[in-house]
Order: sequence, then C-alpha cells, then structure tokens
Amino acid sequence: MSVSKSLAHDAARLHVTGTARYVDDIPVPQGCLHVAFGMSEIAHGTIVAMNLEEVKSVPGVVMVLTADDMPFANDVSPSAHDEPLLATGTVHYVGQPMFAVVATSHLAARKAARLGAVRYDELTAILTIDEAMAADSRFEEGPRVYQKGDAAAAIGKASHRVVGTFEIGAQEHFYLEGQAALALPQEGGDMVVHSSTQHPSEIQHKVAEALGVPMHAVRVEIRRMGGGFGGKESQGNALAVICAVAAQATQLPCKMRYDRDDDMIITGKRHDFRIEYRAGFDDEGRIAGVEFVQYARCGWAQDLSLPVADRAMLHSDNAYLLGHARIESHRLKTNTVSNTAYRGFGGPQGMIGIERVVDHIAHKLGLDPVDVRQRNYYAEMDGGGLSAPRPAAPPESLSGKMKNNTTPYGQEVEDFELHGITEALLRSSDYERRKAAIAEWNAENEVIKKGIAFAPVKFGISFTLTFLNQAGALVHVYQDGSVHMNHGGTEMGQGLFQKVAQVAASRFGIPVEMVKITATDTGKVPNTSATAASSGSDLNGMAVKAACDTIRERIAEFLAKRHQLEVGKVRFADGNVVVGSKVYSFAEAAAEAYMGRVSLSATGFYKTPKVEWDRIKGVGRPFFYFAYGASVTEVAIDTLTGENRILRCDILHDAGESLNPALDIGQVEGAYVQGAGWLTTEELVWDDAGRLRTHAPSTYKIPACSDRPDVFNVALWDGSNREETIYRSKAVGEPPFMLGISAFLALSDAVSACGDAYPALNAPATAEQVWTAVRRVRNGV
Amino acid sequence: MSKIHVTTSVNGDAVEFLCDPRETLLDVLRDRLGLTGAKEGCGTGDCGACTITLDGRVVCSCLVLGAEAEGREVGTIEGIANGEELHPLQRKFIEHAALQCGICTPGILVATKALLEKNPDPTETEVRYWLAGNLCRCTGYDKIIRAVMDTAAELRSESKELS
Repeated sequence: MSVSKSLAHDAARLHVTGTARYVDDIPVPQGCLHVAFGMSEIAHGTIVAMNLEEVKSVPGVVMVLTADDMPFANDVSPSAHDEPLLATGTVHYVGQPMFAVVATSHLAARKAARLGAVRYDELTAILTIDEAMAADSRFEEGPRVYQKGDAAAAIGKASHRVVGTFEIGAQEHFYLEGQAALALPQEGGDMVVHSSTQHPSEIQHKVAEALGVPMHAVRVEIRRMGGGFGGKESQGNALAVICAVAAQATQLPCKMRYDRDDDMIITGKRHDFRIEYRAGFDDEGRIAGVEFVQYARCGWAQDLSLPVADRAMLHSDNAYLLGHARIESHRLKTNTVSNTAYRGFGGPQGMIGIERVVDHIAHKLGLDPVDVRQRNYYAEMDGGGLSAPRPAAPPESLSGKMKNNTTPYGQEVEDFELHGITEALLRSSDYERRKAAIAEWNAENEVIKKGIAFAPVKFGISFTLTFLNQAGALVHVYQDGSVHMNHGGTEMGQGLFQKVAQVAASRFGIPVEMVKITATDTGKVPNTSATAASSGSDLNGMAVKAACDTIRERIAEFLAKRHQLEVGKVRFADGNVVVGSKVYSFAEAAAEAYMGRVSLSATGFYKTPKVEWDRIKGVGRPFFYFAYGASVTEVAIDTLTGENRILRCDILHDAGESLNPALDIGQVEGAYVQGAGWLTTEELVWDDAGRLRTHAPSTYKIPACSDRPDVFNVALWDGSNREETIYRSKAVGEPPFMLGISAFLALSDAVSACGDAYPALNAPATAEQVWTAVRRVRNGV
Repeated sequence: MSKIHVTTSVNGDAVEFLCDPRETLLDVLRDRLGLTGAKEGCGTGDCGACTITLDGRVVCSCLVLGAEAEGREVGTIEGIANGEELHPLQRKFIEHAALQCGICTPGILVATKALLEKNPDPTETEVRYWLAGNLCRCTGYDKIIRAVMDTAAELRSESKELS
C-alpha cells in the first residue's frame, strides 16, 4: 500500500530543476496580449469623469475597457453579486479596478494603466470598525448571535470576572506566486482559461456569465499554484474574467498577472477583528460563562465574509466546554479591500479570542495557564484517540438540561483528543522544567525577558455551507496498466495530488509511479468545490477511491468469471491481480479486461455524511469531525526595544492516520510559522485616507529563514479518525495554523514578567506593540 | 526604442540576445530565453524568487538589467543539474521534503549552491542568515535548513574521498 508512506511531492523533481510550470510560465502563442487594471486612488466616491485618452495613446495599447464595455455580467463576486469587475460609477476602496488596459506587453499595459485621468466626487469613507459601527454599515440586517445557556447570569453569579478588548490585525496571504490568468479564445466563441485558482469551477462560472455563454463553452485548467492559502479562492476571478473578455474581444490570447504591489492593494486579506470579552469563573479558573462580541472588518463587498465570520463564532470555544456562552458577531462593511478566505477562515480569530480569555483568567488567579486550559477542556468520549488516556468525568452541566460535551452551537464533541496530546506534549517539550528555568532567568535579568506558553487547537472540518461538501473524480486505466487520475481538487503546494495519487495506487495495488497526476480541469470533473476548508484530500481522496473501486470491481468480476471463482477471491496487491492460483500483472489484467470489452474508465463521487447546519439559528452539526493539535513556544523579548524572537517550538499535531507523514509535517511546520507571522511581524497599515502603506515585502514582513525557531520539534500524534474518512486520515491544511497562537501567548508571558498588570497585548505583537506593553505593565496601568 | 545586442554566457552556453534597454535580466531569461525557473515574486529585490548568479555572485535578477549581462557569466536553476543527474542539493531537497509550492525553490537552490561553493562547512546560523533574503511562504524553513546542512555534509565527505 502506498498510503501512509512519506513519498516525495509528485512535482519535487520539477521544482528543484526549475521546470515546474505555473500559469506565468506557460508558453503563450504569438500575439498574446497583456492586461493591467487602472485602480481607484480614493476610498469612496463617485466617478465624475474618466479621461482615458492618454492611456490609449501609449505605444502598444490595443484596447481600454471600462464597465460599459462589458458585454454581459460585470461581476466577480463569489457570493452576493455585489462586486463589479470594473467600477460602475462609484468606487469603494483604494485600488478598486476602474478600467482595464490591453497591450502588447505586460510593462506597456501597467505603465498605461497609471495614466488614467479620473475626477471623483469624494464621499465619506468608512474605514474603521468604530466608523462602521457608528454608521451601522454592515452586511446582514444585524449581528448574528449564537448562544448556549444564559451567559450573563452565569457571569453575574461567578466569583471572579475578567473583561477586555482585543484588536487582531489582518494578514496578507503573500502567496509567492501572484495572481495570474491566461485566456485562449477557441473556435465558435469557446474559451479556455488557465487560472492560478483554488476554485476552477467558479472561474468557469464567472467567465461564462461575463461572456454570456453556457458554462459548457468555458474550460478552466490549473496544474499548480505557487501558494494559495485561501487567497486564490475568489480573488482570481477578476483576472480570469477580464482576460476572457479581452480575449473574446480581440480574438487573441490575453494574459494578466498582478505585480506584487498591485496584488497586495487589490486583493482581499484575512479579516481584521476586534473582540470584546467578559467571562466569569471560579477560584480554579473554571469558566462558568463567557460573552464575546466579535467585530469583523469585511471591506466593501461581501465576498466570503459571512461564512468567515460564522467560522469565527464556531471557534470561539476552541477546546473548552463552555457551560454558558453568548457570541455576537458584527460583519462590518467598510471602504477597504474586500477581505476574503485565508487559512483558518475566521477560525483563528475566534480561537485566539477564547485563548486570550483563558490567559487573562490564569493571570488574574496567578495559575499556570496550562492548568486552567486542561480544567476547561471538553471531555474525551469513549472511542476517542487510540493511545489517549481516558479522561476524568466530564464537568457537570450547569443548567441540567444540556448534554455534557456540547459546543455553543449544539454539536457534540465526540472525538476529543487533547487530554492525551497535552500530556504527551508537556512531557516531550519538558514544559515544567523550562517554565521554572524561565522564571529563574527572568528574576535575574532585567533587559531580556523570556516567556513560554502552551496552546491547544480544536478545528472543525467541513465546509459550513453544507452543499459544498461534495467532490468528483475521473479515473482511466489504459491497456498498459497505466492510470490517469483527475479530481476536482487543486494543487497549491500542499501535496494534495501526491496524497490522492497514493490513494489511487493503493486501491489498485500498484506503485504510485503508475498513476499519472493531471491538471485540474473543469472539462473532466464538473461542479467542483473550492480546494479550501482543509477538505482537499478528505473529499477528493474519497471520490478517487470510489472511481478506482468501480474499475477494480469491473476487472475483478471479469477475471473471476473467467476463472470461475467468486469475485471476493480476486486480490489487487504488489502490482498484481491475483485470481486464485493465477497471477496477472496489473498491466496484463488491464489488457485482458480491455480485450474482454470491460470499461476501464469511471467517475467517482463523494459527499460528506452527517453534516447538517442552520447558520441563522446557530444549531446543528456543521463539522464531520475535529482535528486537534498543540504547541509550546518559548520566546525572548528585549524590553528596551520590544524586539523578540522565537527560541523554541514543540508541536504535536493530529493528522489522524496520516496519508503521507512527510507532507503532513510540512503542512504543520509551515502553518505554525505562518500563524506566528500573523501574530508577530506581519502588520498591515492603512493610512487615514484608506491607502495600504505596507504593500510589498520591503514593508510587510513575513517570517524569513532567519526567524525559524532555533529548536523546532514537530511530531504527528499517533491517532486515528473515529469517522470514516479516507484511510482514517484527518485534514491538515488549516488546523496547524492556529498552533502559532502559542507564540503570541509566550510573548504575553514574557511581557508579564515585567510587572503585575495583565499585558493585554494586541495582535500582531510587533516590536512596537511589545515595547508598549512592557511600558504599560512596568507602569502598572 | 532600439534594442541592445548582448553577448553573454548562460549556464556555460554562449548566448546572444536583443533586449530593451530597460528590460530586466529576469524578463530576458523568462521571456526571451525561455528559462522560466527564476520567478518574479516581488520585482523589488526583497523576496529572492528570481535569484541567479552573475559571475558567481548571488543577485536578484529583477534588479539587474539584461544589458548588464554583457560579457558576464549567468547561472540559473536550469544549470544546476548535470543533464538528468541531479546536483546533491537538488536530491537532498527532494529527500527532506524541503519544498511545497515550489516557487521559491529555484532561488533558494541557486543561493545555497553559491553559499556552499564559498563556505563548504557553514553553521546552521550562517545558513539561516544567508537565506534570509529568500522568502518561502509554505514550509516554515525547517526542512530547507535540514536539507542544506545535510547536503553540505555529503559534499564535504565526497571531497574528502576524492582528496
């Protein structure tokens, strides 16, 4: 079996030789044109006049398109049809595309796009959370509220309380390959689009709408992206659609890629949040009740903000059984870039809210935050982790009516793994001893302070939009036994294609080299969901398995009949098909089946069972299962400058029965560093006019090689998945992102060594934030 | 605008091309010479995705003009393997799973190869800071460092055997 083996990424050899082809590397036919956007310079206003004569006069410019030139739909929204591709009279943020230049070269198009003379009538811009609340500028009619029990009463009766407000910054995806698309016009008005997208079916849908053709006239292909992280779930629509419109108009291939600065200015980011909290608890830190008010800055268009904000609410319990909870969520409409999906999809913001509360509680009571965390954990039910110790009895239900292990949205937590993971990680990371050593260090050192923190992760797996939990696959076996595999998932570096190829190889009992991985293609598998919500291998692995099993059964039936044996006696293993005493190589079996007129091609389909969810009421089972993990991070800060670094990180993460441990550990490591980056160095700064001032790596700092923790111990938890997922594996794309929260908590711990007050750090904890917090704590504010 | 005629060497092969005076060496490599291994990550010399060598020195090709290649020796990712035979660095990156989306990989390999030619026995810290100009958004760098350290050790033991 090739599953569970640490085989290399399928394209590894292409990557190390520089021959892996991304959209911008595809050789283009002669005459290919290039597209660039002219962008709004103000945050909100009506366009009074747009003079594009100078733009048109630049040598090489072939065509300039405005909203009036769009032949059919002028919309690139993935949800509410509220996102015109080219501005229609009003601009809503700095950077909004107003017109498109089509030119003979990338540079000519970009240069010309800067020459538009636009006169605006400026309108008041709503930029901040406060301004949006004051103006009641929001999506949906009012805030969403999910609740369990009576939080206010429980907090009122509790012997201790904490109250606070917490600002959480946005995050740029910084996929190293920027957005790109290439449209190739075909005969009869058809269009082929190569798009760097996590969601080819949506690109197909939006292009078809824009061209006024049925979806069958558009084929979208993507072999690989240079990183996605959610930033290519909907943000590629604009490029693909404008290329297709320009290609249709000129009947020439059209290509567009954003320059990095444009990419950062135009495209949506992780939502910035403000979270207000109030919690009541006992002497031991057991939470009786908690209230959250979450404010999400969604930007000017809806995009995916509603499900993002929902997921933030759905993760405001993280690993903790909350007797009484109330979560209120405001989805605010602002004149800023339309925020979008980003690894974790709101989950990280919700999760860091409750982690902040627990940290604050522990600080107030003078307890080790780890003890407070463990005391508030969900209980482990029977049939939990294989090697996990059994927990103590679950905490008493406070109202007497609720089930014992229920989330604030009514889902039973049946697979809780964190008791065992926590114990094992505290041991392997030597937490107790290091915590004591850090206390000693801090007592002796005035300038450099150290901190350590543990953080657990419980992350819900499934699209909360239930219908998206489906996938298709197409598998062909050729007469020589080689296999062509296709599914709706997209490859963005995460190793999905390799993992699913290992599934296909395992089903046929053949080496993985016999399976050809092919580009995602809307012409092969239709109506796919985005490769998002960590669902890639869960959904597509199962769909490919179904397709392979169909073909396998056909071959088995054919050979069993020939040898007058039961079908169950036919085995596929070690590259062979064994039928009683007769051994065929897989290639021979395929050839025989072909000669016997057996169909060797099949589709496969999968839909996630058990999920059912009412997002308005906030009740149901949005998640098929949960993925778990935990991390311990140690940091040092310079109290004079606020400079800080991660000294050591230990991680234990639950990938179920991993399909490929090397790839999964790679996901865990990368996610942790990206999560820590979100909470430490990555700061997006907008000025008072709504302009993004950090729009390049010169000013926006993602972690660099030099930032890697000196000691970085990452292991996978030896567990399974109690639900029937593909080979009992678990999704691994997003959950480990939130392991980075321990870096933030460790910084808070280091700052708290400077005085008695709670540090109340905001995120990202940049050097400036840390320095400010040190002063706050030293002055006892 | 009249074009400039440039005579240079790329990965040991004599190459001539015509380019716009303002055209970057990165664009020349990608658009005129079909060598798309070097990528444009930022266009401002901050991310390292376009890393190549010029007379053995590591440079961001997005900050070099095509015309500046005149009479120089250009080294790119495409020249690291010996035909079908991978350079040990390439092998180790595969073995250690030191890549994910792969966009930063060519730049990191070119930069690392230059480091190991200069300093065959770097400390981990030296590697970390040498590669600090090559951003990777996927891996978290751990496996990259491991692959580099392992390659350095292998190359040292090979050169010992030879001497």
